Amino acid sequence: MGDHSHGSPQESGTVAKAQDDSLDKIQDPGLPPHRARLTDTDPRAAKRAERQVAILFAISMIGTVLFFVGYFAVGHPESIAEIRLQNMLLGSGTAFAMLGIGVGIVHWARTLMPDHEIAESRHEVRTEEGRQEAEEIVNTIVDESGISRRPLIRNSLIGALALAPLPGIVILRDLDLTKASASEIVDRLRHTMWDKGVRLTRDPSGTPIKASDVQIGSAFHVIPDGLNETEDPLNEKAKAVVLLMRLNPEDLNVSPEREDWHHDGIVAYSKICTHVGCPVALYEQHTHHLLCPCHQSTFDLTQECEVIFGPAAHALPQLPITVDADGFLVAQSDFHEPVGPGYWERP
Amino acid sequence: MTTDTVYQPKTKTGRIADFVDQRTGASGMVKEFGRKIFPDHWSFMFGEVALYTFVILLISGTFLTLFFDPSMAHTTYDGSYNPLKGIGMSVAYHTSLDISFDVRGGLFMRQVHHWSALLFVASVSVHMLRVFFTGAFRKPRELNWVVGSTLLVLAMAAGFTGYSLPDDLLSGNGLRIIDGIIKAIPVVGTYISAFLFGGEFPGTAIIGRLYMLHIMLVPALILLMVAVHLFMVVVHKHTQWSGPGRTEENVVGFPVGPVYAAKAGGFFFIVFGVVAAISAFFTINPIWNYGPYDPSPVSAGTQPDWYIGWADGALRLMPGQLWDFSFDWIIPFPWGDNLLAMGVLVPAVVLVALLGGMFVWPWVERWITKDDREHHLLDRPRNAPFRTAVGVAGVVFYCVLWAAASSDLIATHFHVALNDVTYWLRALFFLGPILGFIIARRIALALQRKDRDIVLHGREAGIIEMSPEGAFTERHEQVDEYKLYKLTAFESPEVLPAQADRAGHVTRSEKLRGSVSKFFFEDRVAPVTKSELEEARSHHGHHAVEGHDDKELEQ
Ligand code: HEM
Ligand code: FES
Repeated sequence: MGDHSHGSPQESGTVAKAQDDSLDKIQDPGLPPHRARLTDTDPRAAKRAERQVAILFAISMIGTVLFFVGYFAVGHPESIAEIRLQNMLLGSGTAFAMLGIGVGIVHWARTLMPDHEIAESRHEVRTEEGRQEAEEIVNTIVDESGISRRPLIRNSLIGALALAPLPGIVILRDLDLTKASASEIVDRLRHTMWDKGVRLTRDPSGTPIKASDVQIGSAFHVIPDGLNETEDPLNEKAKAVVLLMRLNPEDLNVSPEREDWHHDGIVAYSKICTHVGCPVALYEQHTHHLLCPCHQSTFDLTQECEVIFGPAAHALPQLPITVDADGFLVAQSDFHEPVGPGYWERP
Repeated sequence: MTTDTVYQPKTKTGRIADFVDQRTGASGMVKEFGRKIFPDHWSFMFGEVALYTFVILLISGTFLTLFFDPSMAHTTYDGSYNPLKGIGMSVAYHTSLDISFDVRGGLFMRQVHHWSALLFVASVSVHMLRVFFTGAFRKPRELNWVVGSTLLVLAMAAGFTGYSLPDDLLSGNGLRIIDGIIKAIPVVGTYISAFLFGGEFPGTAIIGRLYMLHIMLVPALILLMVAVHLFMVVVHKHTQWSGPGRTEENVVGFPVGPVYAAKAGGFFFIVFGVVAAISAFFTINPIWNYGPYDPSPVSAGTQPDWYIGWADGALRLMPGQLWDFSFDWIIPFPWGDNLLAMGVLVPAVVLVALLGGMFVWPWVERWITKDDREHHLLDRPRNAPFRTAVGVAGVVFYCVLWAAASSDLIATHFHVALNDVTYWLRALFFLGPILGFIIARRIALALQRKDRDIVLHGREAGIIEMSPEGAFTERHEQVDEYKLYKLTAFESPEVLPAQADRAGHVTRSEKLRGSVSKFFFEDRVAPVTKSELEEARSHHGHHAVEGHDDKELEQ
């Protein structure tokens, strides 16, 4: 039967060889005959469809009225419940107003407008004749301009055109509104508000934190003292936020150069994820893991916040801290490396 | 200008029409478009939905601009939403809250705007899938495919810039992520970030700048692209499904006036009505719950808008460190060390590659098939198994990334460890598209074989008969000639081996093309030919209705 493969399962894909012979194709029988709809043959059905369309349009009008009821009768909402109610009335009013018109028109088109399919022939997107004419025109234009005969004009024009847009790019330089120089733009990423003696305070109240307030297992969201009085508190905060936690000092694996960065098991780390900068907001007490909710980078507090899972590629920077004479936690210095995501000039 | 035969309109409408016509030549337009034929099929509807949701975005967005103020200046909330009273925030967030609570219908308009934005990107995407899986992007429509792909990118840009405007906690975090991604760009990233934000993140400039992009530049570009897109549709005329009476040379369907215009116009109101109904009952982006932007807090389990999900998922799947090997690469240069944040760059490159692949696919396919003919008849997806398989692989890939964006929700919902979910998704990232490819191709080929079966032996009539010997068979009915034609009117490209050029060389790229062609077209099912059909029929000729005995098709 035919020439399908009768072969093994491996070649079951090749079922038949194509026969290029177009005569052997099954012939196109042409458009199927039109089938009359009930509304085409039965005037009563047509009348019924007409009434249905009108009813749908009437529903639309009722919808518009419903909108006004929601707008004026509810008035200015006083409570969340009233807002909900108003939103529902406005929404359903609009929905009925629109659906009434839409469904009405489509129903009209489907039942009462002619549904004979019509064939139209396609035309070539481009005719050869048109192409030739266009080519001649272009040649004339090029010729009359003389651009190919006068290379001096052409080349100097190319030079001018290449240079002319450059001011348009250069003028964008002051998009950085701070008038910072190129090196300042890079440099400011290295610095935060933290400095020797700056107190660690609670976010957002700004109250200082005594070492004795920090229990084992607790975590504080910390901002530097005076943050809210700065000119751009959000900019400062975006770099300076810190997480403060206390662990058993034995649980901490401290590298030699960071011996004195913690105070009795109290450690402070940048809260800005080194992946792309979300706040690392979650502290899992029992595992001593910090978790970034954005893409789940996980940092191990006992290992100086090395990355143990997720897309972040370097550890959270640690803020060296100590206590001042009054027993309040203070920074020893700024961070020793830039906070947040990696960037070209970071190393 | 004077006319020889002075036409005298009789009605008032006629006079107005004549006035306009004499000054614009509108009758030429009517002649051109009034009875233009458009083929009708449910799958041609998605492009329309995209257009209509865009119109709804323009309408609702214009309303929002009347009340929204994109300033990042600091202010204190004094509106009527009690839980936020007295809280410091930006003017942008304040006015967004005002739109929600103190402007009647404002909340409704915000919801209409946001829901239609989601629907807009969704319908553009589904429309593109339709075009891809039916091969509607083939010559002469390649450039329109590129315009469409550009529209998809613009749609995502419009959505993202809009999402950022209210300056709530979620949108601010989204911007921060963007800042982190920009900073990863080698050499210039740091500066681009500074220029974009007007200094350091978050600064006080970004909302105003995004506002300009959101309400002017991006919509204007979208409008321009839509105009070009539709213009080209008119130039090419719409594609149509192959079937009886439909050829490469004609287009069969309904005339614009009245049927097509009525259906399409009515459909606009239906789309608007559906968006309004959704906005009436389902809250979207309740910014009052999130609070103003603050760089310190963030809530777990929050999701970006759906069309950003795949990018977020790509960021999540990339490991930042493999054992002790960090993907922050420190590159020593003569002037000092620089850093390549591969943990961010690799996902970014993957996303760009996926989008880039979408843009160039028509040329890839043309290169493989060497097919330079025009195509106005659509392929049923099963009849182009190789393309369908590639498309499914792409969709699976996208879906893996999309699922990855919800890895935390998957983990909590199914009570599995988050890390395991990520490991599985990382494996699926590589295996999923391959499996998708293989399975989709097998299914397509199987469906084609089933079509052959139906053509040759008729359709299962659902009636079981018992022969005198006691064997059960299902009765088969011959399909009519229209159906026969529909099931056989397709092309089945064959492997096109590498060919020598004029000098007799087989170039390396041609060899590659040859093997890709082999890979794609080795397994193929050809349409039933007339002689095959005649043979099959004479074989069973004595029955009008016949039993099932084509085991050889079912290997
Ligand atoms: C082109 C497609 C567009 C998309 C995909 C889009 C998307 C969005 C989205 C997702 C939002 C956030 C809405 C929220 O939940 O508050 C938004 C906000 C906004 N959009 Fe659009 N939009 C588009 C076009 C426009 C246009 C053309 C205008 C104005 C002419 C506009 C004006 C606005 C305004 C003023 C807001 C801020 C409103 C608020 O935050 O309450 N949008 N847009
Ligand atoms: S920003 Fe923290 S994991 Fe991505």
